[in-house]
Amino acid sequence: MHTVNVNGQCEPLDTDMKVGDLLARMALRDRRIAVERNGEIVPRSAFDQVLLHDGDRIEIVIAVGGG
Amino acid sequence: MNAPYKESLTDPLVIGGQYFGSRLLVGTGKYRNLTETARALDASGAEIVTVAIRRMPLTATDGEPGLLDVLPPKRYTLLPNSAGCYTADDAVRTLRLARELLDGHDLVKLEVLGDQKTLFPNMPETLRAAEVLIRDGFRVMVYCSDDPIQARVLENMGCVAVMPLASLIGSGMGILNPWNLKIIIAEAKVPVIVDAGIGTASDAAVAMELGCDGVLMNTAIAHARNPVLMATAMRHAVSAGRLAFLAGRMASVPYRAVASSPQTGLIE
Repeated sequence: MHTVNVNGQCEPLDTDMKVGDLLARMALRDRRIAVERNGEIVPRSAFDQVLLHDGDRIEIVIAVGGG
Repeated sequence: MNAPYKESLTDPLVIGGQYFGSRLLVGTGKYRNLTETARALDASGAEIVTVAIRRMPLTATDGEPGLLDVLPPKRYTLLPNSAGCYTADDAVRTLRLARELLDGHDLVKLEVLGDQKTLFPNMPETLRAAEVLIRDGFRVMVYCSDDPIQARVLENMGCVAVMPLASLIGSGMGILNPWNLKIIIAEAKVPVIVDAGIGTASDAAVAMELGCDGVLMNTAIAHARNPVLMATAMRHAVSAGRLAFLAGRMASVPYRAVASSPQTGLIE
């Protein structure tokens, strides 16, 4: 099975899955997030273009309390 | 006669071309919950509030409000930080993610830490990160040591504010080296914001009386027994300290009393 690593956690990868598909499956499409794929930022405008590959490392971040 | 002082916008804090009425900048960490965060921020009167960037927890959080939901964008200018980063690369990566998260917002607080015990800034890494970020179009407010030469280098690189620590982050030890801060203030042409170490209202007032352009704090408010009340105290302290600085204090006369009442015309 092909997988991607999302915030350190293994997620199954569907065929021809784009970043936007993954976010939709995780119900994160409408959240205030930023996404990185293998260390490169994926702009929101490119969510539906960027294809995921087996073993990709995805980081999804949010703003939290801090000083 | 001097003109009476009118609130805020007659004496704005200008950072990177942006005008702010409040000289108190506050963090959003360490509160008990988001309601308390929102109430304390409101009471502080701050317009610039810092946020951290972290991995989104992947456990179900549907419908739960996030920090950004309690920070109305019309009221607050968000200042994402690179807290927790120990290398220039990590800090740059974090702040680029922040810019994407906040729709191109380019005002950031750069901090690159040296070690976990002191959270002192690692200045060589800070300088490296500042250079990359400025080249990349960020307006960089930079957490730095209270070394006037480092502050000058950062200013010359193009940082829009230098933010020396008053004492260790979260320590509440107050202002340990007012003399260094004074040198930095005297030299700097960009705003000098004391960042870290403030414990209570008098510390904030002293920082402003020294001539700092602003004060950034988090724990002093969030870990007060009553954070909302302390936020109010800090608002007044920063404002009072600023006014005292502008007013210019009297000369101190050590070891000799000088009567305020007339010395003549006493009844006999």
